[in-house]
Amino acid sequence: MKVSAEDVRYIAGLSRLELSDDEIQRMRTDLNDILLYIDKLNELNTTNVEPTSHVLDISNVFQEDIPSQSLDVDRALANAPDRQDSYFRVPKIIE
Amino acid sequence: MQYEAVIGLEVHAQLSTNTKIFCRCSTNFGSEPNSQTCPVCLGLPGSLPVLNKKAVEFAIKTGLALNSRIASYTRFARKNYFYPDLPKNYQISQYELPICEGGYIEISVDEKPKRINLTRIHLEEDAGKNIHDAKNPFSLVDLNRTGVPLMEIVSEPDIRTPQEASEYMKKLRTILRYIEVCDGNMEQGSLRCDANVSVRPVGQKEFGVKVELKNMNSFKYVEKALEYEIKRQIEILQDGGKIIQETRLFDANSSRTYSMRSKEEAHDYRYFPDPDLVPVIINDEMIQEIMSGLPELPDKKISRFITDYNLTNYDAEILASDKYLAGWFEEVVRCGVNPKTAANWIINELLKFLNEDDKTISDTPIKPQQLANLIRMIEKGVISGKIAKTVFHEMYQTGNEPDAIVTQKGLVQISDTETIQKTIDEILAANPKEVERYKNGETKLLGFFAGQVMKVTKGKANPQMVNEILKKRLS
Repeated sequence: MKVSAEDVRYIAGLSRLELSDDEIQRMRTDLNDILLYIDKLNELNTTNVEPTSHVLDISNVFQEDIPSQSLDVDRALANAPDRQDSYFRVPKIIE
Repeated sequence: MQYEAVIGLEVHAQLSTNTKIFCRCSTNFGSEPNSQTCPVCLGLPGSLPVLNKKAVEFAIKTGLALNSRIASYTRFARKNYFYPDLPKNYQISQYELPICEGGYIEISVDEKPKRINLTRIHLEEDAGKNIHDAKNPFSLVDLNRTGVPLMEIVSEPDIRTPQEASEYMKKLRTILRYIEVCDGNMEQGSLRCDANVSVRPVGQKEFGVKVELKNMNSFKYVEKALEYEIKRQIEILQDGGKIIQETRLFDANSSRTYSMRSKEEAHDYRYFPDPDLVPVIINDEMIQEIMSGLPELPDKKISRFITDYNLTNYDAEILASDKYLAGWFEEVVRCGVNPKTAANWIINELLKFLNEDDKTISDTPIKPQQLANLIRMIEKGVISGKIAKTVFHEMYQTGNEPDAIVTQKGLVQISDTETIQKTIDEILAANPKEVERYKNGETKLLGFFAGQVMKVTKGKANPQMVNEILKKRLS
């Protein structure tokens, strides 16, 4: 397999995800399949193809610097699991 | 062994746009928490960012003012990390293909000029503000700042001393304020500085292990943090120890730096081009248009002040440190007064008052024309230089015309020989002992008599005439 259990744990850690051993094995298989598919794509000869970072051939989409209405505080906080006054409240962040 | 420091600075400048970089929420500072958010900056599913044109223009303007190459093709990338101040779990930033590359800032330490080269300038969005309170078992998050446009200006590791670092910051701030892309307010966090610092034996080519310093929100703190950190690193090496690559925070209270996290467990940002944003193509026409809007920059202004107005380097640097101050000074000069005299009044009087009140030139009620009028009143002998200072203080407080203040307070200089003579005679008659001593050779008593005359006339007697008449009367 191209992906070790350690790789999965590392990636999960970056996203603050806690995975059980079963889940890690499942992720390993899934991620391995994805990477095998990428290998398949790599078989194509792309020597004369420009790298694509965007599928649409457009550029310079701007907006003018003019303020528009923001959400009310209550609507902004409506989906939050927890709030205190006008703030989002989250578990204590300790670096 | 002699060691030298190697320092590179990363400065985050908040752009003075009205709206955020990828949505049109206001960037206003100090509003109610979470009152300036929308689906885009809250990172709600299905929302899409649209780039603020002004932010792009400001970055190009900065690149031009800092001698950088402006990219013809630039794009945005996602920097992935998981933290509550950034609800999308990635920050939109730039990785390869930043908007500006190269460039330099000229600084001067102890009158020795030095060029600090730049690596790049890129655009990115700011994160929100976390509030941690020791008593609260939770952290609070305000996302008003999320998405506010930032420009990150990265220097090459060309800086060698804490003093060079703070000069670099000062110069950068002055330029950003000149071109009006950032207000430079360090207390409000509009200009933030991180430093990469390492030390190495003098003569060694390779860099030592570097430490990243954060949280230096004033020029003074930049210097103090670097001084402490350089000393700390040298001491470790001298004791045969090793520097650990880590991030350290500066604590202003103790003037020390302390470890925040070590780089071994550092974030792995997994940058990739942001598919929600299209690339930006910058053509010569755009660059030319922005170039034509650039004001005269500080270095040019300083040398013009020295050549055209015969000012000292010191005076020119102070006056050119702020575009509006420089403009104010030139307005006074345009009224036809001697530039050196105008410079002295501004530097010694006006700036003293403004600094005491923690104000800037745009806060003064005095108009340039009024200072010019005051200077002319001294030149014509209507008031003495000393009285002029009193008048100036009154002008600073009220914004009234100098001649109105002089008339209203009866401050017109006494230049009439008879009146002065009469006063002098009275004073000489009242102080026979001093007159005796003067005549026996204690000529420094002239100052005493002149002082008495000024006291009686409330400072209004023409000082030159007082001295002349005194000498005549006492001989």
